Amino acid sequence: MAISPAAGAEPQNRLTQLGAGLGRFAVSLFVPIVAFLVLWAGFVFLKDSGAPKIVIVLVAIAWGVGGTATLYIVANWLTEKLPTVWQSRILPFVFVGPAIAILTFYLLVPAILTVWGSFFNATGAKFVGLDNFVYAFTNSEMLSAIRNNVLWLVLGTGFSTGLGLVIAVLVERSRINRLAKTLIFLPMAISFVGASVIWRFVYSFQPAGQPQIGLFNAILSQFGVGPVSWLTGEPLNTILFIVILVWGQAGFAMVIIGAALKGVPDEILEAGRIDGAGEFQIFRKIIIPTIWPTIVTVATTIAILTLKIYDIIVAMTNGNFNTQVIATLQWKNAFTFFDAGRGSALAVILLIAVTPIMWYNLRQFRNRAI
Amino acid sequence: MQRRLILVATTTMSIVLAACGGGATPAPSTAGGASPSAAGGSQPAPSTGGSTGTADLTGKTITVGGAFVDTEAAAFAATIKPFEDATGAKVVYNGDKSFEQNLNVQVQAGNPPDVALLPQPGGMKNYAKQGKLFPLPADITAAIDANYGAGWKDLGTAEDGKVYGVFHRVNLKAQVFYPLAVFAAKGYTVPTTWDELKALEDKMVADGTPPWCIGIESGAATGWPSTDWVEEIMLRTAGKDGYDAWVTHKVPFNDATVKKAVTDLMDIWGNPKYVYGGAQYIVQTNFGEAPKAAFDNPPKCLLTNQGTFITSFFPDAVKKDLDKQVGVFTLPSIDPQYGTPAEVGGDQAVAFADRPEVWAFLKFLTTSKSGESWQKAGGALFPYKDQDTSLYSTALDKAFAKSIVDASFVRFDGSDAMPAAVGSGTFWSEMVKLVSGSQNIDTTLANIEASWPK
Repeated sequence: MAISPAAGAEPQNRLTQLGAGLGRFAVSLFVPIVAFLVLWAGFVFLKDSGAPKIVIVLVAIAWGVGGTATLYIVANWLTEKLPTVWQSRILPFVFVGPAIAILTFYLLVPAILTVWGSFFNATGAKFVGLDNFVYAFTNSEMLSAIRNNVLWLVLGTGFSTGLGLVIAVLVERSRINRLAKTLIFLPMAISFVGASVIWRFVYSFQPAGQPQIGLFNAILSQFGVGPVSWLTGEPLNTILFIVILVWGQAGFAMVIIGAALKGVPDEILEAGRIDGAGEFQIFRKIIIPTIWPTIVTVATTIAILTLKIYDIIVAMTNGNFNTQVIATLQWKNAFTFFDAGRGSALAVILLIAVTPIMWYNLRQFRNRAI
Repeated sequence: MQRRLILVATTTMSIVLAACGGGATPAPSTAGGASPSAAGGSQPAPSTGGSTGTADLTGKTITVGGAFVDTEAAAFAATIKPFEDATGAKVVYNGDKSFEQNLNVQVQAGNPPDVALLPQPGGMKNYAKQGKLFPLPADITAAIDANYGAGWKDLGTAEDGKVYGVFHRVNLKAQVFYPLAVFAAKGYTVPTTWDELKALEDKMVADGTPPWCIGIESGAATGWPSTDWVEEIMLRTAGKDGYDAWVTHKVPFNDATVKKAVTDLMDIWGNPKYVYGGAQYIVQTNFGEAPKAAFDNPPKCLLTNQGTFITSFFPDAVKKDLDKQVGVFTLPSIDPQYGTPAEVGGDQAVAFADRPEVWAFLKFLTTSKSGESWQKAGGALFPYKDQDTSLYSTALDKAFAKSIVDASFVRFDGSDAMPAAVGSGTFWSEMVKLVSGSQNIDTTLANIEASWPK
């Protein structure tokens, strides 16, 4: 008899446990399902509703941001229900997983498909081997594009970084430090298309005997020199475009390098001076090596920019007069001539050209991050 | 154990969902566009029903994309007003100078406008081949048969034999415009043969004015006016058969007939005596800007060979008084055996969406009513048989329209019919190189030939 209550409590206790377990299980199933249904309803609304555009835009933003947050919270909540061992195993994936999935879907997969597509013909139907790459390295327009890209890479990167360095050092010692820095940094805020529109006026050409509205030709005409057609002669036109890039990017280089200059310890400079080093020697043997990683970072960033350069050329000449670069030809082949194969091949070439710079840049970055 | 497994499974699912949630934010833009595969889901398929005419379409919106901007876009907006008034539908026009380039991006992204006004038949054929366009329902093709001259339906037909395009605004090319006052003052007469034209050019040079105003800059389409010239000379030196053989690539691009035409062109263009500003000016000057020099005082040049649409680019003072200030003659015959052929072109409306309001709009574009206000505004011609030519505001337009409607032998713009890689690619860009002096005729033609898709 004395046992019976215990015996009766035993199954009851188990029942409660089971009930609680089932309840928890149901809740953990129920919450994701509700979250999913809400998101699905949002998706259906966005897909099919005839609501005014502004409503759709607002719902899309709320749905996108809120939906992502909801999914994180639900996933996190579920994970926290797990035993601690599993929690620590799964939690990193809950947070990193979506980013990796998105990167894979939007970056990795397209990149692989592009490489794959570069071995096929215009419509992607027939395997053509290396034909697209043969075109890329034999076609006269492509060859001039590659030459132009090299010009951009060498002159654009060299002058932007070099001028940035020189200006940063000089401005540091100037009394109008801030004003000069602001003025030089200002063009950075202008988009390349905007900058190109401005510089088109600088390079503008009118026939001889007409008023010259272009700055360069207006100055020349004061000295009685005939107008020069700046944009039609190669490779001068590409070099003049690089001036636009330098105008925009030198300020960027100056600011970053300037910040690094401030980080050069005064003690080392003092020590150098006491040892009798001249200013130039100090600059070359102390300052440059100290800020070298920064210079490399700036240079590689600009180098990648020059390899991808597109907007200046399109805004200035649309690639006419042999100013094409690989990126503009890639666009033209893929989207004007509908030649997916050649377009992909050019994209692959650009990718290969950028990769070593990127790798070097990342390595520098990692070394510095101590 | 089992519970844990289920939890793991649900968590994994949530992760996947989270990925989708973050990635699918731009969904409305894709869903808003009508790619043929997705369209027709919730909408009735009107290609069978064909609910055109003046049905009540209140609240419906049709998006239209085209290459014309500014004044031309305003004229288009006015010309479709009767459709909006009659049906209650709203037509949203989006003009873009680089329309042909950007349209392709929109199509690939599944987000094209409902209706695109394509200046290039080659573009229509491309999109039709990709299955992005919807063929016109029978009632619209019947309307085309009834209200257009021969050839217009063929031009809107793709390689699969289906009709996709409705022509709205059309134009006539190879028209030479000149300032009447100067011709009267100097005693110049309109040339009727190529030799007379040459004599006139030399006379103008002797009088101290270069004859031709030429500009070929046009954004991403820079170079196209030069291809028009080559075609017009080809029509006159190689005839119908030679022209067709060239356009369809039955003869190579560097054939002797083509070289002759380009040589004739460069005899004028390559000689700074004959062209205002010389070669460097030609390649950097917008095609719409160049003719204005003929109306400066004193004029910097006198002759503009262009399509009929160019009058809308003339200076305002000239536009107001077109008939008194501007004279026109057709580019004269070169080889008498081929006569003086007419080259026409035009924007064709194609449908990227299969909805009743879209078809109603395209059907409206086959009626002369869709052109009336633009007829009055000037700068546009229409191919409709039933159009009232007296509505055109100028004597010039009346004459153009009459010659379009009456024409029995016309050819369409050859470069438009070539593959895009040539017709809107190398033919433009290589001609620019030729004119700017960076390569010779043989290299130019060989490069274009090499770029012809095999």
